[in-house]
Amino acid sequence: MFSLSIKNMRLSQLEVGETGIVKEFTDLEMSVKLMEMGCLPGEQITVSRVAPLGDPIAIHVSGYQLSLRRKEASTIILQ
Amino acid sequence: MKVALVGNPNTGKSTLFNVLTGLNQKIGNFPGVTVDKKTGFCDLPDGRRAEIIDLPGTYSLYPKSRDESIVFSVLADKANPLRPDLVVVILDASNLKRNLLLYTQVADLKLPVIVALNMMDLAKKSGITIDVNAFAQKLGVPVVPISARKIEGIDQLKSAISYANKVALQEDTIDVESLAPQLIAHISREIEVENPYYALQLAHQHETLKFLSPVQSDRIEELEQEFSFHSQKAQATETIARYSFINDLLYDTVTKNETAQEENISNKIDKILTHRVFGFVIFFAILIFIFQSIFAWSAYPMELIGDFFVWAQTSLHRVLPAGPLVNLVVDGVMGGLSGVMVFIPQIAILFGFISILEDTGYMSRVTFMMDRLMRKVGLNGKSVVPLIGGFACAVPSIMSTRTIENWKDRMITIMVTPLVTCSARLPIYTLLIALVVPNRNIWWVFNLQGLVLTGMYLFSLVSAVTVAFAMKFLLKARERGYFIMELPVYRMPRWKNVGQDMYNRAKAFVLQAGKVIVAVSVILWVLASYGPGDRFERIEQKYKQSQYTQQMSTNDLHRAVASEKLENSYAGVLGHTIEPVIKPLGFDWKIGIALITSFAAREVFVGTMATIYSVEGDAEKMESVQQKMATAKNPDGQPVFTVAVAFSLMMFYAFAMQCASTVAVVYRETKNWRWPASQFVYMTGLAYIVSFITYHLLR
Repeated sequence: MFSLSIKNMRLSQLEVGETGIVKEFTDLEMSVKLMEMGCLPGEQITVSRVAPLGDPIAIHVSGYQLSLRRKEASTIILQ
Repeated sequence: MKVALVGNPNTGKSTLFNVLTGLNQKIGNFPGVTVDKKTGFCDLPDGRRAEIIDLPGTYSLYPKSRDESIVFSVLADKANPLRPDLVVVILDASNLKRNLLLYTQVADLKLPVIVALNMMDLAKKSGITIDVNAFAQKLGVPVVPISARKIEGIDQLKSAISYANKVALQEDTIDVESLAPQLIAHISREIEVENPYYALQLAHQHETLKFLSPVQSDRIEELEQEFSFHSQKAQATETIARYSFINDLLYDTVTKNETAQEENISNKIDKILTHRVFGFVIFFAILIFIFQSIFAWSAYPMELIGDFFVWAQTSLHRVLPAGPLVNLVVDGVMGGLSGVMVFIPQIAILFGFISILEDTGYMSRVTFMMDRLMRKVGLNGKSVVPLIGGFACAVPSIMSTRTIENWKDRMITIMVTPLVTCSARLPIYTLLIALVVPNRNIWWVFNLQGLVLTGMYLFSLVSAVTVAFAMKFLLKARERGYFIMELPVYRMPRWKNVGQDMYNRAKAFVLQAGKVIVAVSVILWVLASYGPGDRFERIEQKYKQSQYTQQMSTNDLHRAVASEKLENSYAGVLGHTIEPVIKPLGFDWKIGIALITSFAAREVFVGTMATIYSVEGDAEKMESVQQKMATAKNPDGQPVFTVAVAFSLMMFYAFAMQCASTVAVVYRETKNWRWPASQFVYMTGLAYIVSFITYHLLR
């Protein structure tokens, strides 16, 4: 399921099971680390699950499963 | 020949290291960081011996933490004795895209490099086919498919290592110079660099690189200003360029059939293991199991080890002539050694479990689930295992904090883990509770004594969390904390790995922490066994007189002598000296002696009390000590061990740092005396305050 409803949606706003495509980042320093882990502009990201306490979230990208805190996820802007 | 192993985490690097080096491994220190230096030797087919160094797993040469910065330091510092002649980059064949990022960086540094394509079996299962020859051709370096777990392809890898070129032949993967043309050119001219990418890396990391002189570092900074070099921007551009190369490479050489089977199974497992309710339930069940196991399975081996040393000591005393030197070696040193060896079962068991948890991939799920909760009190999701392990013993638990990458979180965990009620405190609590808490039930089912004991356990956990929270504000974070973490696919644990881990950890503990522990034990032994002047001789003379030898049994005589000797030893003198300081806590000088001897290890308290009161007893046999203590009276006729005194004493033992082994291990893990020293001070200070309050509240 693609979320096209809101422009410039952040990754942290996706629900479990939804997919988005990475557009750009709001935090330069964080963006380098995210890209090194495979979150490149143009890549598909799917939210796999959420931790029992609501944070962090687990995402699927570039063939990997990554987990990141919502705060970190909010630096990723989706198309 | 020196070979460095480099690769992402979770690519089987440590398994490969273990396969190549077997038991010829050494765990050492890197100055300035807390990650271990793992080196070992491997015999090559051409007869040579290669020294293999296992560098920390990292996703990129741009470090996320101090520990990761070691990787570039070792590869780039020409003066570093560890600098490799060859780098083996390990790639996970089933996850090539991201793994290759690090490879391209290492390759562009123009170090001689070989690729080990690991987990070929898993790649095949996932429907991934790799044209290894085309892959090798495009990269321009030898590529060896292996499966470290199944020990396949290892011989070919060893051959490739022995035939490796001394000079790097690979071409640049990206146009490095275009990233900062003028800056690179200037740095290359002014500082001795080997290639453009090396110059670029110097520009990015010059502030943290120890092998650059301050003059060079300042000059680089100047140049960066001059050419408007923005480190983060350049890194971003570089990373995107590298992935472009990687995508092209993979497009031509790798084909994927269907979506990975492994992932689906992993996902299903995750649905259960990280479930809102069941996730936690399962996790706590596992924790309790681990904790119980440490207790239960280590008890027998610990007894065996203890008994062995006692037997060895008595035998040696029988064989060797009596004298102070013999006593020093047999009682002091061997006693200390016994205290060290006795920890081995607990360390081995705890690390066995941790190794399994990490190998299977479950540990990252633990962090995933617990992070939010732990973060609120300044701890890390990964702090749970050390904290719970602390209920058995803080020593292996503190050693296990190495799994916490964030420096601040790790330090806080190390500082508070000893607050949790460890097994050494149990005999003390049992003894003191039995002394002053009536053995009856309240509300029909709850035994009062049991309740108090449970209360002590819970209270310790609360205080650990509270202190952690306080430290959250007191300690400054050294680096920006990144949580971004990979959740690897679930795998069966590699049992040989687990075994090797257990062996290496235990060995490192004995050889490193062991020295400190033995030293402290010997000092305390000397304090307790020798007294000023000729007091000891006079005591012996006194008890040789007929009025004593006729009235008392040999055992009673022995104990009386021992008791008086202890009171007149240096430890006894110290006990008297500190009495004014501990009187506000309700303690007399006899308790003072026990406090001093307990600084080696808490459980010594019971044995010391037994000696002081001239009865037989130790942590296992407490009845006679308990009786004697219950009837002990002050000079003014009042009982010594009132409710107030007993609880005050328990509180003191709850908080004070009385464990030489913990101090030794904290030093080893932090590589700095500042930490164990401040831990000692804060804990003992806290002990004094809480003990004082307790005594005066309950009087």
